[in-house]
Amino acid sequence: MTTRRAAARSLPGGRRPLVQRVLALNAWAVYAFFYLPIFILMFFSFNAGRFVTIWEGFSLDWYRVMFANEPLMKALRTSVVVAIVSTIVATVLGTAAALALERYRRWLGKRTFDALLYLPVIIPDVTMAVMLLIFFATVDLNRGLNTIILSHVAFNISFVSIVVRARIAQMDATLEEAAADLYASRWQAFRRVTLPLIMPGVLGGALLAFTLSLDDVVITQFVQGPGTSTLPVFVFGLIKRQVTPEINAVSTLMLVASMVLVFGSLLLQRRR
Amino acid sequence: MKRLLALLGVLALIATACGDDDTATTAATSAAPATTAAPATTAAPADPLQAAADACTPGQVDGDLSFYNWTEYIDPELIDAFEGEYGVEVIETFYDSNESMLAQVDAGGAVYDLIVPSDYMVTIMAEEGLLIDLNDSAITNLGNLDPTFTGLPFDPDGAYSVPYQWGTTGIGFAYEALGEDFTPSWSVIFEPDPSYAGEISLLDDSRETLGAALKYLGYSLNTTSQAELDEAVELIRGVKDSIKLFDSTTFDDNLVEGETMVAHGWNGGFLGSYDGISTDDYDAYEDFGYFIPQEGGVAWVDTMAIPRTAEHVCTAHTFIDFLLDAENGAALTNWNFYASPNSASAEFIDPEIIEDESIYPSDETFANLEFIADTGDFEINYQDALTAIKN
Repeated sequence: MTTRRAAARSLPGGRRPLVQRVLALNAWAVYAFFYLPIFILMFFSFNAGRFVTIWEGFSLDWYRVMFANEPLMKALRTSVVVAIVSTIVATVLGTAAALALERYRRWLGKRTFDALLYLPVIIPDVTMAVMLLIFFATVDLNRGLNTIILSHVAFNISFVSIVVRARIAQMDATLEEAAADLYASRWQAFRRVTLPLIMPGVLGGALLAFTLSLDDVVITQFVQGPGTSTLPVFVFGLIKRQVTPEINAVSTLMLVASMVLVFGSLLLQRRR
Repeated sequence: MKRLLALLGVLALIATACGDDDTATTAATSAAPATTAAPATTAAPADPLQAAADACTPGQVDGDLSFYNWTEYIDPELIDAFEGEYGVEVIETFYDSNESMLAQVDAGGAVYDLIVPSDYMVTIMAEEGLLIDLNDSAITNLGNLDPTFTGLPFDPDGAYSVPYQWGTTGIGFAYEALGEDFTPSWSVIFEPDPSYAGEISLLDDSRETLGAALKYLGYSLNTTSQAELDEAVELIRGVKDSIKLFDSTTFDDNLVEGETMVAHGWNGGFLGSYDGISTDDYDAYEDFGYFIPQEGGVAWVDTMAIPRTAEHVCTAHTFIDFLLDAENGAALTNWNFYASPNSASAEFIDPEIIEDESIYPSDETFANLEFIADTGDFEINYQDALTAIKN
């Protein structure tokens, strides 16, 4: 996107400065570095042979194998349930946290809360995983879907509130005051003025949360309970045994879902 | 990464031990909160879970089985067969490292009736009091086990574990590098021919990597002699220029993709990759091979054990018994290509698997294999030795 805009701004006749051209080239190199392996992986999921790196013709066999693999499909269902529930909860809580931090100027412990809210974004997954596992054990909570969902909510709240806060910061606070002047109750002002304005941020945050939940392996591996292995946990174990294009097919499925969501999230955030 | 997980697992252990020592299966252990710390063998009278296990009879089931296993390590049809035969459900959960499994079991708060720990992990878990003493009288097929796989160093009395499957550590190679006619020795790595020097990978595992060098030098890979260990360090350092990388996860992929020519690794990994790239028109075994060096290598064993988190101990015993059945044991091997410790299974295993020496080594080769045993306090010296080599 940067490159296209830069090109549009440059004068006809191609008198772009060298720096700009080098940067554009660099951007393309970065894209290639990121996306080429992904395209190769997706490409080979349609391979007819068992070789993961030599093309032997088009086939959907590996997708058929994948859909017939009962434990794998069960893991997929678990993943989707976890992602949906944890996204809804994290979005509500994350948005509320963002509003509390942006709209209310002073309250007890605000600074501490502000600083600590981003902790899950910063600390390594494995640290958070062990922390959560110890926590669940200490409070005597039996592990299963509930603990996976709680953990995903825990790290997703931070991501949602970062996105929503950025949106609230851009919003004109006088709009809410105007609503109050016109005798809107606090709830009406929120429902009719604030929420529609921050909606792109909320949806963007929700999509980000959904993607992160669908992708998480480290934390889930620690906090899962009997019969609740998610798709990433299952696939991660698969790699150690044998690599067939079935893995490519699963990865493609997850990638396409993740990419659609990430791009959706970006688009929503850009919308005014 | 693996080591980090292990470290954190240990931290988790300490933290849970300090906090609340009775988080596992409250129903089963609430009467005796101290049992988790006591050795299972002596705690029997005050230990309801152990008492329940001791009362199990062959074929008895006491509820659905929560089976915590490695991903894709069992034929789904075997699971279906067990469910059909005993009218219970098997709930499968998956892990990809012994360490993450340890963290889960140690934390408690989740019911796992049966786990599949590797050899060294059995010792660790038994010492932590995380495993219950198996009731041999409920496992009628125990006699099917090959005597070689009883009384193994990680569980000398077979009190806590029953072998599930086993394999070896050796050398995977491209014929392009070694030719058809070569001596199957560790010298392939430690005295490399210049033609493939620099295209070699060694496992990134303190016991395995040093073990290879120790075997080449003619020592036991369970040595606790610092002098022998130092000699092994010097040996690996001497050929460090020809080692491309230390790699425990993708050693097999790197070999078949041509990144390396000679790789130190586990047989299951190599064979899985060779099979993976073979097609109707291409036989990878023409280009790649695996051998166990004549000086000897490592034999590893994955086992079945019942952790403290169990609630359905009788179903777990029955499942162990079920997998020790001759035909079921064979079905396991026919599905995942790892060798079976079940000698009664031999006649039901596909001939091409049983005749494959990289899965079932010959008796002479087998005699040279060693199981990795816990060296206790000396373990840290192995860790330090590997660190010294890599820096």
